[in-house]
Amino acid sequence: MSIQVRFFASLREQLGQGGCEIPAAQAATVQEVWEVATQGQALPQNILSALNMEYVALDHPVADGDEVAYFPPVTGG
Amino acid sequence: MLVEIRDQAFEPFAEVKGFQDNIAQQGQYGATAIFIGTMRDFNEGDEVSEMLLEHYPGMTEKYLQGISRQAEQRWPLAESLIIHRVGKVYPNEPIVVVAVWSAHRGAAYEANRYLMEELKARAPFWKKESLQEGDRWVERNTSGH
Repeated sequence: MSIQVRFFASLREQLGQGGCEIPAAQAATVQEVWEVATQGQALPQNILSALNMEYVALDHPVADGDEVAYFPPVTGG
Repeated sequence: MLVEIRDQAFEPFAEVKGFQDNIAQQGQYGATAIFIGTMRDFNEGDEVSEMLLEHYPGMTEKYLQGISRQAEQRWPLAESLIIHRVGKVYPNEPIVVVAVWSAHRGAAYEANRYLMEELKARAPFWKKESLQEGDRWVERNTSGH
């Protein structure tokens, strides 16, 4: 009964962790997952979020077994 | 349609030729549009000696396959190919190749541009540059338009 949380690139370095696991019961949305996973740190404005590897907005609901990821603007190509 | 993430240097022209030789619809395409992105040794006025390209394994492939499918729906394409590097990249090494095959050049040019701009805007890759003064993350991609 958990949600996998992942952080990438500069955000991972700022937070000092590549991710964690949180109890599914503690968060109902992508925004709340962030708050639980970072112990209430403010979410930087330009951060993008994905649920099960698809872009979603912060108010998107989450469920047990989901993977939620946060990362800075992308710079590939 | 093929999407590949590579952690080793590749030769884009050989990749495009190898892929084209195996396209099933031989004789059906009259236009091939190819974009190759290569690492520079400068960025924002600074010398860059190497770069680390990070990605989100799984989501990156899913995203690139998604835009490839969208391109196929929007234009009459015979085939498309996207190869993108990750890991340590050095100046002059190719970072990305996007190739599109179609009956006519209009669709080939437009679909290639579409794939490249969508990749730059939304595909989860991140670049960290090594400069003389240390490392820095590239903060954003500029628009190609």
